[in-house]
Amino acid sequence: MNDIWAGLSSAFWLVVNGDPDLIEITLRSLQVSLTALVIASAIALPFGTWLAIRRFRFRRTAIAVLNAMMGLPPVVVGLIVYLLLSRSGPFGVFGLLFTPSAMIIAQVIIITPLIASITHQAMRDLWAEYHDLLISLNTTPGQRILTLILDGRRALLTAALAGFGRAIGEVGAIMIVGGNIDHATRVLTTAIALETGKGDFALALGLGFVLIALALGVNLIIHALSRTEREGRW
Amino acid sequence: MKHLFAALVVSLSATLANADTMKMAVTTSFNNSGLSEVLLPAIKQDLDLDVQLLIVGTGQALRLGEAGDVDAILVHSKKAEEAFVADGYGTHRREIMYNDFVLIGPKADPAAIQTTKSAKDALAQIETAESMFVSRGDDSGTHKKELSLWASADLDPAGFGEWYKAVGAGMGASLNTAAGLGAYIMSDRASWLNFANKSDLAILFAGDPVLFNQYAYLPVNPAKHPHVNTDAAQKLEAWLVSDRAKTLIDGYEIGGEKLFTFNATR
Repeated sequence: MNDIWAGLSSAFWLVVNGDPDLIEITLRSLQVSLTALVIASAIALPFGTWLAIRRFRFRRTAIAVLNAMMGLPPVVVGLIVYLLLSRSGPFGVFGLLFTPSAMIIAQVIIITPLIASITHQAMRDLWAEYHDLLISLNTTPGQRILTLILDGRRALLTAALAGFGRAIGEVGAIMIVGGNIDHATRVLTTAIALETGKGDFALALGLGFVLIALALGVNLIIHALSRTEREGRW
Repeated sequence: MKHLFAALVVSLSATLANADTMKMAVTTSFNNSGLSEVLLPAIKQDLDLDVQLLIVGTGQALRLGEAGDVDAILVHSKKAEEAFVADGYGTHRREIMYNDFVLIGPKADPAAIQTTKSAKDALAQIETAESMFVSRGDDSGTHKKELSLWASADLDPAGFGEWYKAVGAGMGASLNTAAGLGAYIMSDRASWLNFANKSDLAILFAGDPVLFNQYAYLPVNPAKHPHVNTDAAQKLEAWLVSDRAKTLIDGYEIGGEKLFTFNATR
């Protein structure tokens, strides 16, 4: 229990003193995970919606695979991305390994199936409601997807936030492809793993509380900006 | 808010200022010792070179070197290093410094290793007493060293019972496990001194010459990987064997204890 108090007070002092290292790794955490979120959403939201309205032969299989991929182990994704980006791998010439770009790529792979799957679940219900209307208006598939995305934006926000939560808290993949290099690829989660390894539980826990606060802050800001949960507007 | 802005500007300008950079894979034990925090700023100052450290086990460090993902490695496992050079992945192997391993265990010392004469005897007594022992189990330099010590005592960890726990983790994480279990463990002195969660553990055996731990610097061979930053790797090597490095390495202490001994041949 003492360790937890020590962690809380260490988090407090880190934030109050505006520790420059803390600010740097926090900004990098945000930069990596938010970029991954934007890219993953750009892929997953249209794809999940398309999957909900489109009937094709292997649809069930595709959905089952997508749902299974929600559970992709980050450490395996990290290892595969590492092997692909390694100088000896197929994409080695780009020199992306151990850069924030590599971490973004790994996180996009991890969170895209999650966002797409939640999107698909939500859009399937919405499609059931909109089906007759959109068909009778003789809309194109593109228009249907757009309508569903616009009207289902609350559910899609949940999907995106779930993806962000998984990305910002993830450590297994970015440790391998980022390498946890000080002042280059160190983020909150890898710093926590490092401090735990040094036995400095107070600092590790302090960073952990900062991470939790950050996730909470981002969620609140997104909700505030998108004006959800307000009277008459949900 | 001012601070935040200042930090933002600093971090942006840091990425813009194009100092030469190179990547070096080092072992966890080297980084945990805290020596890198003394050497890296000095290297930056003297050579205007940003050395980016990848902190991994020796096994992974060698793999990163083989794949050409780093420009040089600094590790401590002589046999593996020689194989690395023999296979053409590194140009050569340059010994830089050494530190030593220590045997750590619960203060009560149930296997009574404090009074033993050699590391070999100490391990044999742990085996006889079947006292809990935590092994790195991650193919790192430290793990390989531990295995060679068991072999020197004519014992094979593969046949050990429940008391022998191969955790497959870094030095710090393994020390955390040993502290939690009250188990014996072998660690490099530096990691131990810098380790904050010592709980009931203490150094029980040290000083046997077989426990000395030689660090060597191996630049990755540009013939295999033309993209490696050979210039920087050469500059760094020249610096690591310089008088400046010698003073810093020999002068590095934790709690009044000297950790590393510079022994590079020049």
